[in-house]
Amino acid sequence: MNFFADPRWGEALGHLPDYLGSHVRVSVTALALGLFVSLPLAILSRHRPVLRGALLGLASIVQTVPGLALLALFYPLLLALAALSLSWFGFSFSAFGFLPAVLALALYSMLPVLRNTITGLQGVDAAILEAAQGVGMTPRQSLFTVELPLALPVMMAGIRTAAVWVIGTATLSTPIGQTSLGNYIFAGLQTQNWVFVLFGCLAAAVLALLVDQLLALIESGLRNRSRLRAGLGGVGIAALVVATLAPAVVRPQTSYIIGAKTFTEQYVLSALMTQRLKAAGLSATTREGLGSNVIFEALAAGDIDVYVDYSGTLWANQFHRTDIRPRQELVAELKTMLAKQNITLLGELGFENAYALVIPKKRAEQLGIRTVADLAARAANMSIAGDYEFFSRPEWAALRRVYGLSFRTQRQMQPDFMYAAVASGEVDVIAGYTSDGLIAKYDLMVLDDVRRAIPPYDAIMLLAPKSADDEQLRKALTPLVGKIDIATMREANLRAAGNDAASSPDAVAQWLWEKVGKK
Amino acid sequence: MPSTPLIAYAHVGKTFDGGRVVAVDDVSLDVAEGEFLAVVGGSGSGKTTLLRLANRLIEADAGSITVEGEEVRSVDPILLRRRIGYVFQSGGLFPHLTVAGNIGITPKLLGTPPAEISARVDELLDLVRLDRAQYRGRLPHELSGGERQRVGVARALAAKPRIVLMDEPFGALDPLTRDALGEDFRELHKTLGLTTVMITHDMTEAILLADRIAVMRGGKLLAQGTPAELSDSDDAYVGELLRTPRRQAERLGALLPRDGAA
Repeated sequence: MNFFADPRWGEALGHLPDYLGSHVRVSVTALALGLFVSLPLAILSRHRPVLRGALLGLASIVQTVPGLALLALFYPLLLALAALSLSWFGFSFSAFGFLPAVLALALYSMLPVLRNTITGLQGVDAAILEAAQGVGMTPRQSLFTVELPLALPVMMAGIRTAAVWVIGTATLSTPIGQTSLGNYIFAGLQTQNWVFVLFGCLAAAVLALLVDQLLALIESGLRNRSRLRAGLGGVGIAALVVATLAPAVVRPQTSYIIGAKTFTEQYVLSALMTQRLKAAGLSATTREGLGSNVIFEALAAGDIDVYVDYSGTLWANQFHRTDIRPRQELVAELKTMLAKQNITLLGELGFENAYALVIPKKRAEQLGIRTVADLAARAANMSIAGDYEFFSRPEWAALRRVYGLSFRTQRQMQPDFMYAAVASGEVDVIAGYTSDGLIAKYDLMVLDDVRRAIPPYDAIMLLAPKSADDEQLRKALTPLVGKIDIATMREANLRAAGNDAASSPDAVAQWLWEKVGKK
Repeated sequence: MPSTPLIAYAHVGKTFDGGRVVAVDDVSLDVAEGEFLAVVGGSGSGKTTLLRLANRLIEADAGSITVEGEEVRSVDPILLRRRIGYVFQSGGLFPHLTVAGNIGITPKLLGTPPAEISARVDELLDLVRLDRAQYRGRLPHELSGGERQRVGVARALAAKPRIVLMDEPFGALDPLTRDALGEDFRELHKTLGLTTVMITHDMTEAILLADRIAVMRGGKLLAQGTPAELSDSDDAYVGELLRTPRRQAERLGALLPRDGAA
């Protein structure tokens, strides 16, 4: 089949106005903010070595923080600030999405701008500065008519570097709730949709090159005193911003926002809920690829209206409980605890997606392993792999405590690659998910948690406080309660893990509804 | 000369690095209106510092300096610099501005209307013997060293100053260019009625161009006077400075036959 005839290109293109628009908005705002702060600071520090050292040092430190971590750090920081502002001044703001992304990216843009502006200004020949003074310029006139024009090429190089960095790093703002071209990449990696990954990378690269060239045009215009070129560059940037603002204005503001975490099942379930709302005549959009800790706070703050979480996750991570209860009991208690925060537990979907230790069936038979307790005896010579959060989660601590588990090595892996890794023997054991379709595909086996170290993980739909009494929303989603059993979900997940058009979350969600809707 | 001095230094002192380096040490010196004064000395003699004290590019620590009868400390340094022409060592032209832009900079700072500036630029290009049409739009890097210094002189004269300060203006030029430029400037000095202070390390140049010469060494003013007065000085350093031009003159006289003598 022709690679470019793949219908997923069309689907990717359909998302482009939304993703690209958000991406440009967040990047341009961040860059503007970064320039607005950095340029005066750099100019101010040109005759102050202490300030200059402090600024460059600080900007360098910020630069060493990985982009994803920097973005993620701004979320709790702003959340605390928002709470503080609410209690002091009586108003709050959204710590989700746009604001933390803009602030983190602006901070990220500062180093090249600061460094190049300072270097450029320092590079101006002392004899020229003396001449400026000698002909009777004030310090201000010297700055604007001599120093800045002479430093301009170096400064613009810094601004262009900053622009390319910001546009590239903005793809990482997806997990904190800012829609960006990163949505293609995160969704594509999770659902093994390489068309999306490629499309996202290409779009980000083209955007970065375009902005870089427009800035180069402005630079050459300023340098050669050509108003035409500088004007063209300026108009180009302005046109880009206006073009991306248009869809935001047209988009209805009243639509429901459905959240999804960063793995395949979540993409399928959010697509399913979106389809249900649309079928009920409501408008809905999704915010996908949200971090596990970000998504709950986002719901509590009303930044998203609904999402699917897992009872054990909230039990252990959100409420820090270490005791284990039977399935029904745990959900019931969770419901009361959530109600205290005005969050509605609408109901269980019917399946569990628990963490479980998984090994190939053949290997288990050879070694005579059936339970986690059996494994514990042999673990010292074995390696284990888990997703990015597993080894810092309470479940892992509980497993080690209850069974005395200790592996030779432990590795973190992209969840979708773990199953292939254990099947091929690259690692001995993985911490997989019980609802994952790949368990059946690779002929793997879930080890029995005989001593109940891991709590139950019922998939539950949660509604934001502001949507608690929303009858339309409840009516649209209630038909999903109790409908999806583990076998169905595994099959859906397996379908979604495929690498073709029928495996898009939307298509799988449709298949899922056809299967369970009639029940 | 009986007229009141246009620039007067009285017991002026200047130190750098918290007093460790004495650049100018108790110097008193008058420059009369219309006079061409050359300040001669080696590097580190304090001659450049002395020059810059006059337009407050450097502030004096001790003594008083008056320009056109006013104590410079009581004058806004920016306005002071705009009414004194200054020619820098190697031109000091702004590399991003054209010849016209460089020449017109001080009138522009003074708020002169563009049409007037443009006319003045043409006038000045004529004065320093550069072709208007050819040079107006050029950038400094497209000029030769001599042309650059001509533009530097034109820039210094742009706001019609009475006083011109020159910091080794012809030092970096080849001998022929240097001679031509020196002569041309001497001519301008006379026709425009300027008062000029020129820094140089070259006694020959000083003797050929200046009315009077001041000799500096180690921050101190050793001697001042016309070339004839200086040659009567019994200061050993002044004698040493005059020995070179004398010897050159003698050798040249012996080596070059006079016109028609051959």
